Amino acid sequence: MTSTTLTPALPTDAPSPASATARRAPRRHAVADAVTMTWRNLLTYVRLPQLLVFSTIQPIMLVLLFRYVFGNSINLSDPSVDYVDYLMPGVFVQATVFGALGTGVGLAEDLNKGLVERFRSLPMARSAVLAGRTIADATRNAFVLVLMTGVGLLVGFRIHGGVPAYVAALALVLLFTYALSWLAATVGLGASNGEAAQAALFPLVFPLVFASSAFVDTSFMPGWLQAFANHQPVTVTIDAARNLVLGQPIGWSVVGSIAWSLGLIAVFGPLAVRRYRRAA
Amino acid sequence: MPVVSPQPAVRAEGLTKSFGTIHALAGIDLLVPTGTVYGLLGPNGAGKTTAVRILTTILEPDAGLAEVLGLDVTRHPQAVRESIGLAGQYAAVDENLTGRENLRLVGRLTHLHRDHVIPRADELLERFGLSDAAQRPVRTYSGGMRRRLDLAAALVHRPPVLFLDEPTTGLDPASRNDLWRVIEELVAEGATLLLTTQYLEEADRLADRIAVIDRGHVIAEGTPTELKAGLGGTVIEITLEDPAVGGRAATLLEPFATATAGSAAGDGAVRLDGSSLDITVDDGARTVVEVLRTLDRAGIAPAGLAVREPSLDDVFLSLTGHRAEAEADDDAHPVAEDADRPVRGAA
Repeated sequence: MTSTTLTPALPTDAPSPASATARRAPRRHAVADAVTMTWRNLLTYVRLPQLLVFSTIQPIMLVLLFRYVFGNSINLSDPSVDYVDYLMPGVFVQATVFGALGTGVGLAEDLNKGLVERFRSLPMARSAVLAGRTIADATRNAFVLVLMTGVGLLVGFRIHGGVPAYVAALALVLLFTYALSWLAATVGLGASNGEAAQAALFPLVFPLVFASSAFVDTSFMPGWLQAFANHQPVTVTIDAARNLVLGQPIGWSVVGSIAWSLGLIAVFGPLAVRRYRRAA
Repeated sequence: MPVVSPQPAVRAEGLTKSFGTIHALAGIDLLVPTGTVYGLLGPNGAGKTTAVRILTTILEPDAGLAEVLGLDVTRHPQAVRESIGLAGQYAAVDENLTGRENLRLVGRLTHLHRDHVIPRADELLERFGLSDAAQRPVRTYSGGMRRRLDLAAALVHRPPVLFLDEPTTGLDPASRNDLWRVIEELVAEGATLLLTTQYLEEADRLADRIAVIDRGHVIAEGTPTELKAGLGGTVIEITLEDPAVGGRAATLLEPFATATAGSAAGDGAVRLDGSSLDITVDDGARTVVEVLRTLDRAGIAPAGLAVREPSLDDVFLSLTGHRAEAEADDDAHPVAEDADRPVRGAA
């Protein structure tokens, strides 16, 4: 290929700031572009606070419902544990798992509105759309966890395992929901719009959240259901977070939760990237 | 004055793209010299958008060559993206951000220097008459404002080659005129522009050269004057009171009609359909008087008369013998293949 003088065909009176700045190879922009896309996605939550309000009202109502309405009738196999302390780690996971679905909904919307097409025509890092979306949703989930901790403390929730273990519990929950974001991304990138993505994801996640140890002790479930409930990733993650929060022995649950999270990322990360490359 | 590069801005040779059994592009050649405006004219589904998507690195072609400023779009996509701006019929701007934030987003993603992002955004908002709306979320914008913002977003990094995919489709006449004025300004400044359109009027007004696309093929290429000359200038539409005299009227008016390019002698220049009679003529204003006199002398009374400039439909009819088969799904999913669905079974 011969080198040729490329002349911008849009001359302006003033020297162009864009052409005065030599733009570097896009690979070096991967981090900066991911930060920009995260900023753009988080801005949506600032512009549309109702998105955040609606998605936090539901877990707050669940806290109130289970704390005051059902809580006294729910049996725990360990009677020394207060139900509210049992409940809150479950609510943390429930709220953020549904938050992770937003990754799929947001990507489906961006595709549907033609924004992905615009991004693909820009000299930006290709990874930035998926990275920015999943990081923004993890940030939003971190905010939800802090908020739900506050709600919990108001209704009598107490941290028994110490602050470091508590922070570790939240980190575990965030890692797990970040992994679920990639599953949601894979589904969302195959959906025609946001509602379709939501409709495809909700039935997938609903049984995981409710046939789990989130609100009740699985040892009171029928045997066939226990087999599922005790081993599925949501229960494993809730148990790990709960053991850390209650200051109980963590056993294999923490390792199990991390293994589920890494496994989900290993499977759905490449799948989502492949779907993103083909979607256009 | 910019030194004219010997490299064409856009070059496509034998470009093909199929979606399953549908041949969106059946081998098209395009050559757009730097500093010119090139129009791709055709109905929905002709392959215009597919061509633009390939040239803007969004889609990979099945076969053929596609270059922007000498850079192969499949081998050097990032370098091509540095040099192009794309504005599309779907106005791909983020509804939840303000106009200013949208332009800042593009400025940051095209890696303008940090200090230049905001001034560049404000400069473009000012230029496109969006300064007052700069702080408003785009979802409050009118259709015309969105298109202007979309065009502004394509210009943020001052790309030397611009692609406008149906820039005015779906806009009201006033907004369309606004946008045409903006595009004409860009052209006056020397922009290289490839635009797709369904409107002959738009291509005629903006483009230096036009390629007419049908079913994935370029079926005619030339300057607007050349294409229209082949058509005859104007269409006179006569509605007859009595359909029975249609045949006689058509014969009487035959001498006024221009033979159209690409069709058998006079074929298609006089078209009779029930009580309506269309005649394509060279000099509309003068001929219309002659046509009326001739009809009057023959005792044929017209119930209605209209004179119009040739439309895309006329171009198609004369070039292909079939009407432009525009599909009604203007709201088609922008990322699905059907946004530019070609006519099934085209060879």
